[in-house]
Amino acid sequence: MHGSMNLVGYGLSAIGGAIGVGLVFAAYINGVARQPEAQRVLQPIAFLGLALTEALAILGLVFAFVIQ
Amino acid sequence: MIALTLPLEGGPFTPPSVESHLPALFSIGSFEFTKQMLLVLLSVALISWFFIAAARKGQLVPGKLQFLGEMGYGFVRNSVAKDIIGGKDFVKFVPFLFAIFFFILVNNIYGAIPILQLPSFSHVGGAYFMAAMVFVTWIAVGIKRNGIRYLKLAVVPSGVPLPLLFLVVPIEIISNFIVRPMTHSLRLFATMLAGHLIVMLAGEGIRFLVEQDNVALKGVSLLVLIGAIAMYALEALIMVLQAYVFVLLTAIYIEGALHADSH
Repeated sequence: MHGSMNLVGYGLSAIGGAIGVGLVFAAYINGVARQPEAQRVLQPIAFLGLALTEALAILGLVFAFVIQ
Repeated sequence: MIALTLPLEGGPFTPPSVESHLPALFSIGSFEFTKQMLLVLLSVALISWFFIAAARKGQLVPGKLQFLGEMGYGFVRNSVAKDIIGGKDFVKFVPFLFAIFFFILVNNIYGAIPILQLPSFSHVGGAYFMAAMVFVTWIAVGIKRNGIRYLKLAVVPSGVPLPLLFLVVPIEIISNFIVRPMTHSLRLFATMLAGHLIVMLAGEGIRFLVEQDNVALKGVSLLVLIGAIAMYALEALIMVLQAYVFVLLTAIYIEGALHADSH
């Protein structure tokens, strides 16, 4: 077995981002299901939330490759 | 586990990695012309050809080509620009958003086309440039609309008590001006790279298994093939979705710059 432990660490750190993105879209779907006309208002907020949450996972990916 | 104990033909399996690049097609001095560059140029030609052809004969009752072109344009205009930027200003940004969406869409879809099989943004340079262009655009839009005051509006949220500002302002500066363009580009790049690597890994795995002498190992390659097709379909979906997410975030950033005083 050989390889980089960095990628195992990245896998672990991606759990946080995954849960966060799940929460964001769960709330978005809930909101739209309860009030379909709110979709246009909620959509940018949901995607902005996605962008902010996913930033952590993306930073993790970068560091997994950059830090040796 | 049985497979691991069997003797392997042709040495151990070496998976493709981020270091395995295609050789350049040709190079002029230290400038290397790679497959990605060829694909980017091809995408410009494809998109221009398609939309010029679709818009040439504008008829009241559209033909197939005109209908497709209008559907693509209508999608960006209505469900991205109009819904997010809104107001009277959105029309100005439709060409920009439209160009970005179709440029990224075509360049991503290359990853799902056999033979081409390489999303251009799996090389980080292209993704950096796209995000840098959007970054410059939304800052310019913000300054043009709100004056130089925009730089203050972008980092100082209204209604925050003074002591907290010492904490909030640095966070806002980092998140708006450093992390935002970085993640904007890396999101596109990372998903394209990962999708491309998974398809390549499956391909290499199948080749490796088929080359084995053991018949059972040859048979296992079929399972890899089934898994690979499922991943391939998922990646095709992600390619379209990432183009949408990229253009949606572009619209959100522009909208934030336009209406900075109401945020």
